[in-house]
Formats: sequence, C-alpha cells, structure tokens
Amino acid sequence: MVPITTIHYLVVAAALFVLGVVGVLTRRNVVIVLMSIELILNAVNLNLVAFSRMWGNLYGQAFAIFIVVDAAAEAAVGLGILIAFFRNKETINVDEIDLLKW
Amino acid sequence: MNPIMNPAINPGAAPVATPFFFYLLSGVAIISALLMITRRNAVHSALALILTLLSVAGLYLMLYAPFVAGVQIIVYGGGIMVLFLFVIMLVNIERVTRERQFNRMWPVGLLASCALLALFLGAFEKGKSLLPDRLMQIPEASNTQGIAVLLYGDAGRMGPYTFAFEIASLLLLVAILGAVIMTKKKI
Repeated sequence: MVPITTIHYLVVAAALFVLGVVGVLTRRNVVIVLMSIELILNAVNLNLVAFSRMWGNLYGQAFAIFIVVDAAAEAAVGLGILIAFFRNKETINVDEIDLLKW
Repeated sequence: MNPIMNPAINPGAAPVATPFFFYLLSGVAIISALLMITRRNAVHSALALILTLLSVAGLYLMLYAPFVAGVQIIVYGGGIMVLFLFVIMLVNIERVTRERQFNRMWPVGLLASCALLALFLGAFEKGKSLLPDRLMQIPEASNTQGIAVLLYGDAGRMGPYTFAFEIASLLLLVAILGAVIMTKKKI
C-alpha cells in the first residue's frame, strides 16, 4: 500500500472543510450552522498540524492551539447572540432571522 | 520503496499499522461530519460532531502531536460541545424537527462547495512536487516541552508566541464578558 504522506492528511482536511461549508450554506437550523463553523476550524487545524509534522517544527501545533482558543471564544459569543435573539423572537431558523432586511 | 522510508535507516519511519489507522480514523471523521450536516435532530448532529472531533484527535496523535490532541479533546469535546448541547436544550422547539431542514438554495450551495473541493484537489495536484519527501525525525524533547518553549519562552527570553498567548487570554476574558452581558435579561 502507498505510504501515508502529508497529501493524505491535506485531502482529509479539505474534505472536512468542504463538508463544513456545505453545512453553513444549506442548513436552516442556526445551531447546526454554528457547529459547521467549528468543523471548518477543525479542518484548518488538521492542515496546520500535518504541515507541522512535515517541516519538523512545532509552529503549526502552537498556531493550532491558538485556533482552538479562538474557536472556544467564538462559540461562546455566537451562542450568546443566539440565545439573546431567541429571547426576542422564538425561532432558530436562519430564514426567519430577517429583522434587518429592507 | 523510497530509501528514506526504510526503517533500518530511518527509525522514525517504522510502519506501525499506519495506513489502517489512518483510513479508519479519517473514514470515521468524514462519515460523522456527513452525519452532522444531515441530521434532523440537533442533538444527533452534536453527537456526530463529537465523534468527528475525537477522530481528528486520533489523527493528531498519528501526526506525533499529543499535546494538541489532548487540548482538542478537553477544550473542544469537553468544553465547546457541552456548551452547544446546553444551548440546544435551551432553544429546543419541537416544531423545528418537523420543518424543512435544508434551505431552498441547497443545490447552489452544494455546487459551490464541489467547486471549492475541486479547487483544493487541483491545488494539491499542482503543488505536490513542492512538499518535501523526507520524514522528519521525532525531536528529543517531549512535545509538551517544545510547545511550552514556543508559548512561554526559554531561559528568561520571550518565545515567538508569548505575546500572542497573553492576547489570547485577553480574548477569552472579552468573550466571557460578551457572553454574560448578552444573555442577561436586563443589562
């Protein structure tokens, strides 16, 4: 069998990224859209750690830790916005969140 | 076989059932990501995402990154996904599971995502010759120690990521304040 190279990990990361993009673009449930964004960030992390292994230093892994920290902050704030909006209008459907529409 | 991949010369390249675990973990990751974006029930999606995160943590272990794998499991699986599950239970409306799950422009979104995937695979095909063929030796210091040197500095000097580390803690403080203020009933 062909040995597992960096390209294999990059293809897996690209597949996860595209699945996250599909989730953001097509789902109507806001919570699932937010979870798809987390999937996108994970795909980027996998990319970084694969390159870090390829080059032999740890810069990619340190960057990946920062991305995890940022994803945690972003998830907390995004879910806070969702709860505040849900208190205003009882829906979690992205099609019905159109108060700013002209 | 490439002489660099010969375990007699390069002990870091000894195959330890690597392809089996790689295909197993990446297959589980991609299938559970597919499950996540298609489930009707949001709790099922959250559980599928937890499975994806755990298999990606396994892939980090295969890439000789145990610290990032630990951070992934503890912070993502044990923190962020628990937060998501709490919020799903807070905004749980029964009628959402009976409505249409995908918006009306889903073919356009799918087509755009296929174009993006084709772009990625094209970039990999063209840039394949740029990636070095050698496998790096596993460094002597432990992985956690190496990341600690990057984040905290070494022997009294600042590391390359020390300033970013302090800014990240400030970012977390701002996120906590924002989340608390936004969810209060009266500010």
